[in-house]
Amino acid sequence: MNKKGFGSRIVASPYILWAALFVIVPLIFVAYFAFTTPDGAFTLSNIAQIAKYKKAFFQSVLYSLIATIITLLISYPMAYFMTKMKVTAQKMIMVIVMLPMWMNFLIRTYSWISILANKGIINTFLSRLGIGPLKLINTPGAVILGMVYDFIPYMILPIYTVMSKIDDSLIEAASDLGANSFNRLKKVIIPLSFPGVISGITMVFVPCVSTFYISQKLGGNKNLLIGDAIEYLFNSGPDFYNVASALSLVLMIMILVCLFVMNYFTDSEEATIL
Amino acid sequence: MKTLSRIYVALMVFFLYAPVAVMVFFSFNSGESVWVFEGFSGSWYLSAFTNTEMLDALRRTLIVAILSATISTVLGTAAAVGILAFKKKITKNAVMSVTNIPIMNADIVTGVSLMLFFVFIGKIIGAYESLGFTTVLIAHITFNLPYVILSVMPRLKATDSSLQEAALDLGCTPVKAFFKVIVPSIKTSIFTGFIMAFTLSLDDFVISYFTCGHYQTLPILIYNMTKKTVTPDVYALSTLIFISVFVLLILYNIAGSKSDKKRGVA
Repeated sequence: MNKKGFGSRIVASPYILWAALFVIVPLIFVAYFAFTTPDGAFTLSNIAQIAKYKKAFFQSVLYSLIATIITLLISYPMAYFMTKMKVTAQKMIMVIVMLPMWMNFLIRTYSWISILANKGIINTFLSRLGIGPLKLINTPGAVILGMVYDFIPYMILPIYTVMSKIDDSLIEAASDLGANSFNRLKKVIIPLSFPGVISGITMVFVPCVSTFYISQKLGGNKNLLIGDAIEYLFNSGPDFYNVASALSLVLMIMILVCLFVMNYFTDSEEATIL
Repeated sequence: MKTLSRIYVALMVFFLYAPVAVMVFFSFNSGESVWVFEGFSGSWYLSAFTNTEMLDALRRTLIVAILSATISTVLGTAAAVGILAFKKKITKNAVMSVTNIPIMNADIVTGVSLMLFFVFIGKIIGAYESLGFTTVLIAHITFNLPYVILSVMPRLKATDSSLQEAALDLGCTPVKAFFKVIVPSIKTSIFTGFIMAFTLSLDDFVISYFTCGHYQTLPILIYNMTKKTVTPDVYALSTLIFISVFVLLILYNIAGSKSDKKRGVA
């Protein structure tokens, strides 16, 4: 009997059947629809039509990149400061960071309208000071803010987890050897927290690049993203399923490439640390 | 440095909770707007409780969450056991790669792919409506399964296999040995998997949106409500849900620390 096996392989078969039927087969459907006409004949025209959505693709990638970078820049110090706290305080802050995630994603996004609207909280406050109203809602900035807000716990948590496992003696050794606080950060803490940074980046970038609610609510109709295009086409009826599938396929490939590149980074980085 | 870090953490907490505070605050608005405050009133809570559409959606969401979490916990635990028994590394890796797909892939792609599949099947069997309760349940089980498996598997791996061998030597059947020896030692991670599946299902919007048809769950209802002008009753309902989840989390943490203590004693 296998040392690690607690039972027979057979008990995994319902799951394997399930995954094949509801994970693999549906993805094959996406690929099939992407390369066929509504009548089922082979065509490349769906793929060619993606050119029409290049603005949406471009905006998705641009906004998501900016949002991911901002998220990283504000999460990293947060994670670092968390590791410097007492253990009980660390646990409490963890719960505090996670808690907004249990609020419905749509409401979390919608609340920002209350804050940013032309007659919203910020502008009401500003008008009392005699400024404004500023145009805050329906701007690219509002979309990026929504992305940062909705997905920031996905960045803080992996960085914090990796950082809190860094052995203190390494940092002590660095300071004994004459490294000042900047060099300790640059030569010890940042390289060792790199795997957390990478997993944070992927966990934020993927939902950002494929979102469709944030852009509709906070971006008005000028800042539509690739997710919006997919949603719109699928709601336009079966005749549009094929083009929508082509867009989904491209989005999926984009995400896979991104994950692959990120994986490559962590592997090589870990190798250099070792 | 210490004050600086405190200020930074405080600012981040402010950023994280500003929208939550706004939601709670405007749920008590006596007016109809969610950004112009007129006065305090609890009337939106009353109207949330009497809104049958909302209560129906809440009931549907709970049904789907309980069923999908239960089914995916059973299937997923069995899967973890079976996958660990695989002898060939290639098959194991292949199955684990497929398991990772729903976690890694964009929700919208998962939702769209399932919808295409369900619509196709619906056409074949000549169903009047191809999307509904069954399809949304299948979709939720599908995206819950990987989380259950990834939660159960590490704990299962760390369990001492000699315990089960001892049970077998003492005359247990393999099935009995599994339920008497293995399940008690991994029950915390099975429970964690269940809770994770339950909350993921409760909160899911994107995948449900493409697979639910007319079976309107709460996130879908909220989506449809935010298409029109939102009144504070949505905020009132969301505040109530937020508080329930908060209480659930505290209870879960208390249960967790209790079992930690038990392990500490043993």
